[in-house]
Amino acid sequence: MLNQTEIERLEAEAVNSAKVRQPLYAPRKKIFPKRAVGRFRSFKWLVMIITLGIYYLTPWIRWDRGPYAPDQAVLVDLANRRFYLFFIEIWPQEFFYVAGLLVMAGIGLFLITSTVGRAWCGYTCPQTVWVDLFLVVERAIEGDRNARIKLDTAPWSLDKVLKRVLKHSIWLVIGVATGGAWIFYFADAPTLFVDLFTGQAAPVAYMTVAVLTATTYVFGGMMREQVCTYMCPWPRIQAAMLDENSLTVTYNDWRGEPRSRHAKKALAAGATVGDCVDCNACVAVCPMGIDIRDGQQLECITCALCIDACDAVMDKLGRERGLISYATLSDYNANMALATAGGTQAIDPARVRRDGGRLSDKVTEFHWQKIFRPRTFVYFAAFSLAGLVMLYSLLTRDRLEVNVLHDRNPQFVMLSDGAIRNGYTVKLLNMVPEPRIITLSLEGLPGATMHAVGVDLPEGRSLDVALDPDRLKELRIFVRQPADYVEEQDNRFTFVVEDKASSENAAYRAKFMTPEDGRR
Amino acid sequence: MSDTEKNIDKISGVATTGHEWDGIRELDNPMPRWWVWTFYATIIWSIGYTVAYPAWPLISSATSGLLGYSSRQELAATLDRVAADQADLRAAVGEKPLEEILADETLRRFAASAGAAAFNVNCSQCHGSGAEGSAGYPNLNDDDWLWGGDIEAIYQTIAHGVRFTGDAETRFSEMPPFGDLLSAQETQQIAAYVASLTGDPSDDASATAGASLFADNCAACHGEDGTGDQTFGAPNLADAIWFYGATEADIATQIRKPRHGVMPGWQARLGKTTVKQLSVYVHSLGGAE
Repeated sequence: MLNQTEIERLEAEAVNSAKVRQPLYAPRKKIFPKRAVGRFRSFKWLVMIITLGIYYLTPWIRWDRGPYAPDQAVLVDLANRRFYLFFIEIWPQEFFYVAGLLVMAGIGLFLITSTVGRAWCGYTCPQTVWVDLFLVVERAIEGDRNARIKLDTAPWSLDKVLKRVLKHSIWLVIGVATGGAWIFYFADAPTLFVDLFTGQAAPVAYMTVAVLTATTYVFGGMMREQVCTYMCPWPRIQAAMLDENSLTVTYNDWRGEPRSRHAKKALAAGATVGDCVDCNACVAVCPMGIDIRDGQQLECITCALCIDACDAVMDKLGRERGLISYATLSDYNANMALATAGGTQAIDPARVRRDGGRLSDKVTEFHWQKIFRPRTFVYFAAFSLAGLVMLYSLLTRDRLEVNVLHDRNPQFVMLSDGAIRNGYTVKLLNMVPEPRIITLSLEGLPGATMHAVGVDLPEGRSLDVALDPDRLKELRIFVRQPADYVEEQDNRFTFVVEDKASSENAAYRAKFMTPEDGRR
Repeated sequence: MSDTEKNIDKISGVATTGHEWDGIRELDNPMPRWWVWTFYATIIWSIGYTVAYPAWPLISSATSGLLGYSSRQELAATLDRVAADQADLRAAVGEKPLEEILADETLRRFAASAGAAAFNVNCSQCHGSGAEGSAGYPNLNDDDWLWGGDIEAIYQTIAHGVRFTGDAETRFSEMPPFGDLLSAQETQQIAAYVASLTGDPSDDASATAGASLFADNCAACHGEDGTGDQTFGAPNLADAIWFYGATEADIATQIRKPRHGVMPGWQARLGKTTVKQLSVYVHSLGGAE
């Protein structure tokens, strides 16, 4: 007879059994954000209109710069290496202004983040704005959250195919418009617009449009919150910018907990009940698909739509708004201490309420003065300093410049009469879009004269040069000092350029080499 | 109880890798799907790439790839394209007279830069990379020319050379060695006279004596005033530029046993167009007439 008890059962399990098997990769969990209505949603619509308006319309703004420069207000002219920004024209060597702008943008982001948290993420980041725009299309075609969930789980039908095709087509059109607007910053917009449709534009223009169409479509339509969570480094950095006085979207569990779906029943049973009715409205509207009641988290872009959703619910229940609100960590901690009696007991909303049910005076609320603290002053000072330095240098910068390169080989030439000749490459930069005539002259170096190769002018100590508008002119200059003057001396002298009409001038200190230099 | 169950992190509910460092364990979260797809796509791409392009090393070569790409071919194609782009300019330089090339800004610039490149390859060995010359090799930047400094004379010199046996049209002249004809004292007197043309001689008496000797022996080629003659390459002795040294001893040495430089003619080797480009370049250096 078989006696089962004699055989010991071993502690063993297949590693790939269905119970323990894990997927190799995580599929994206679909998010169907519900439409939110409220203060922050309205503000976000406004920000969206302004930011998209700036993006799409800026290239079409005209700015008269006279006949010798383009009339587009914002233009990055890569072919001619000029950058136009309204009244500012930047040459490649002045690119540090753009670097300065980036410095300001960086510090500005610190400043904003330390005061109002991840406002950049929630309101103005292109990813947020375009996802919002894509969601508008999605909602218009497929309906709000429940309809979209239903459609998603429904089997394929003609209706579903039509809706999906329409939605993706409109998304692609938005993508093309996004890529299309981008290239208008790099060429004359009206001309390029026509060229684009007549097939005359450069291949790189079409390629740029194609690439940006693809990224817009994929990021805005497909990946959405995954871009923020997995691809963007900023959520990780921003955590370091926040402190206990920074505003973040906060679930105030000191008045919300214990949450209850059946508040009346619970109250009747004598249980403590918070304001949260656990309706999940805050989760349903979240474009990141998270639950703000789990606390501050990396995924939260602080778009504040959960505040709108929760406020609407609180209004319906006749309770005060702000169960979810913009709050600082220090305020939250103070209120939490109040609700838990210094952390000694479980949360009891009664402690933060007066007898009538309204919130108690002891509840700490955000005060605008908290924005002014040493940290924000330092950021603001750095931001302003960068801005003022740039402004000063912009207002005092030269629009006429001279650069001189001494011939390396030979450094000097002795002529048959014993005179010494030095060759220079002189570059004259006329940085205004107008032609002008400047005078180039020698200062110092007694007895010396010069002439420009290819310029039919007599040898002398100064010569007039016509400069093309907004162009660099390169001259070969031979400076000649007669033998009688060539002595051991300080052989430095100055090339001076002057625009006599505007009395602008520039100078370059140059060296005159002689055989004496070779001997030393 | 299995190991897997032990390795579940209590807070997140996610499995850990099972390793532990000072109490810290690593969550074993699955990869996002898009990331995995991108990873697979790069692998597929790399396979296609190594088939299409040269990639796999063999013993003495490498697979050439289905597209037949090679960086040498690409360079050759680029050079061909540049040559094709410049064909018109090059043809114009070849056809037009030198004076016309100088008058045309575009042609002059093109010829001068092409000439500069040719100069660095063919001429810089003797004349220096800045055409500054050295003892025995003329400086081409200055305004002292042995055989003439206008564009035609420069062209003639470069095309056919100086004392170049391989070219019948070469420039030729030779100063006889006066060491055989004159005494050492006479030679010294002529040297003193020559030095006096541009500065102070060591001895005024010998310089005065040298004047008549110079008129008898040297003036035929170097001219009465010692300013030379470019038609037969006789150097100007009354200027500040000296080919074989400026001291009286140097001058005397040259009188006794003159040294003569040789320059090959370049037209047969480089062709007419390149020689014209070289002429324009040399002409542009600043001393030409």
